[in-house]
Amino acid sequence: MPLLASSYYCGSSVTATLSRSTFTGLRCKECGHPYGAGAKHVCEDVCFGPLEVVYDYDLIKSRVSRATIEAGPVSIWRYREFLPIEGDPIDVGTGFTPLLKANRLAKRLGLKNLYIKNDGVNMPTLSFKDRVVSVALTRAKELGFTTVSCASTGNLANSTAAIAAHAGLDCCVFIPSDLELGKVLGTLIYNPTLMAVKGNYDQVNRLCSEVANTYGWGFVNINLRPYYSEGSKTLGYEVIEQLGWQLPDHIVAPLASGSLFTKIRKGFDEFIKVGLVDEKPVRFSGAQAEGCSPIAQAFAEGRNFITPVKPNTIAKSIAIGNPADAPYAIDIANRTGGTIAAVSDEEIVAGIQLLAETEGVFTETAGGTTIAVLKKLVEQGKIDPSETTVAYITGNGLKTLEAITGAVAEPLTIEPQLASFNAAWERAQALHRANPKPLA
Amino acid sequence: MAVLVLIPTPLQKFTADESSAEVEASSVNGLLQALEGRYPGILSRLCDEGGKLRRFLNVYVNSEDIRFLENQETPLKDGDEVSIVPAVAGG
Repeated sequence: MPLLASSYYCGSSVTATLSRSTFTGLRCKECGHPYGAGAKHVCEDVCFGPLEVVYDYDLIKSRVSRATIEAGPVSIWRYREFLPIEGDPIDVGTGFTPLLKANRLAKRLGLKNLYIKNDGVNMPTLSFKDRVVSVALTRAKELGFTTVSCASTGNLANSTAAIAAHAGLDCCVFIPSDLELGKVLGTLIYNPTLMAVKGNYDQVNRLCSEVANTYGWGFVNINLRPYYSEGSKTLGYEVIEQLGWQLPDHIVAPLASGSLFTKIRKGFDEFIKVGLVDEKPVRFSGAQAEGCSPIAQAFAEGRNFITPVKPNTIAKSIAIGNPADAPYAIDIANRTGGTIAAVSDEEIVAGIQLLAETEGVFTETAGGTTIAVLKKLVEQGKIDPSETTVAYITGNGLKTLEAITGAVAEPLTIEPQLASFNAAWERAQALHRANPKPLA
Repeated sequence: MAVLVLIPTPLQKFTADESSAEVEASSVNGLLQALEGRYPGILSRLCDEGGKLRRFLNVYVNSEDIRFLENQETPLKDGDEVSIVPAVAGG
């Protein structure tokens, strides 16, 4: 078993990680039918259910301990034994983002143990998508793809284009044509081919499925999806490790396709399975925007299947009207005693502002949705103030400036003279007296 | 009434690797039957024992999800294009 290139590990960690893969293939999540570890995402022989990666957990258990993980790189690749790659990973510093004890936000909401998992500062493109893309493109190279692609609501396009550039892969990504400027320019800067499709994300996704049928590309969220989605598990692992090798009591995360939610659960389950953390109940609550809330609607009505909707919300990054992993997300919320709730666009903007003003974290609309739902659940008595709660912030507010334009104050424009400043400062103080800030 | 059906890669083993087919059908249900007539065995992949489309398959008529239309009763007319797409996640 060869050691990984020492260039990406440092010091004693080299001895702790071996490159032999720990996954053995794919299988259908619905019927269990087995498949080889190729570029395949649906159970084409039986039921069209989604495929997932199969691991040898005994092998993983024999290789990892808290110490080996702690000695690993400061990135998702400290958990590489739990990820479906064979050789050297593409490591662009993705992962191990801050877990912030959010005391001021907690006080404002009436909580005592609130944490923010801040993937808005993930590398290289400031969203949790860097995790899934790092895994997907590593696997894409291993499978021999030279062109990679995706259907995206924005963050995935940024990440795929950036990491493809780093890895020297050709890239063609598809987005809805109405995305925020930050997401469009934040993709184009890496010089991929960018297709802006006149339609919503679900239409983009359908088109990409058809393109994937005829072009031999690695679509991270289509034919590479079983590998891609595994990257989100690291959001579960990191929270456990950053809490001092403990599970939280409750997590709140945004729901788009539902994949992230299910993979955080899988991350927790795997660490329990191999003995890295003690088992205890964790409630899973999901957040959607009212303008695209098929999962929240199904949950409220006691259904385990969704009725698709046509998105109409400022939370474009989670605007998926036909979410593929909805049945699994609903099942997890039900099984764990969590809930799934939706909030209005106004509440989303207020959520963005609340997080920024109390914690100095500027998130995008998906994060605003999470904070707004967190607030709603507290108000409804669905979060015990003393429980350890983790809110997942999955993207950065600088990418969706449009969402807060008009909601925040304007700068006070002054002349470069003391008198002008004095007058403006007095006006600002008067305004603050008229609209005092909350104490927390 | 001729309708063009786009066949996804996983189903092309039934269609001798053809990525599309023209069939005569006046509804989605009729189209499913017509496909079975031409490509025996394909229906059991598309539908469960009760004849309902499998839950991880999406069907679109002229780019519109049939769940926004009349589901499997959705009428078809000459020149319509029908896509059969396995569900995918993303974001």
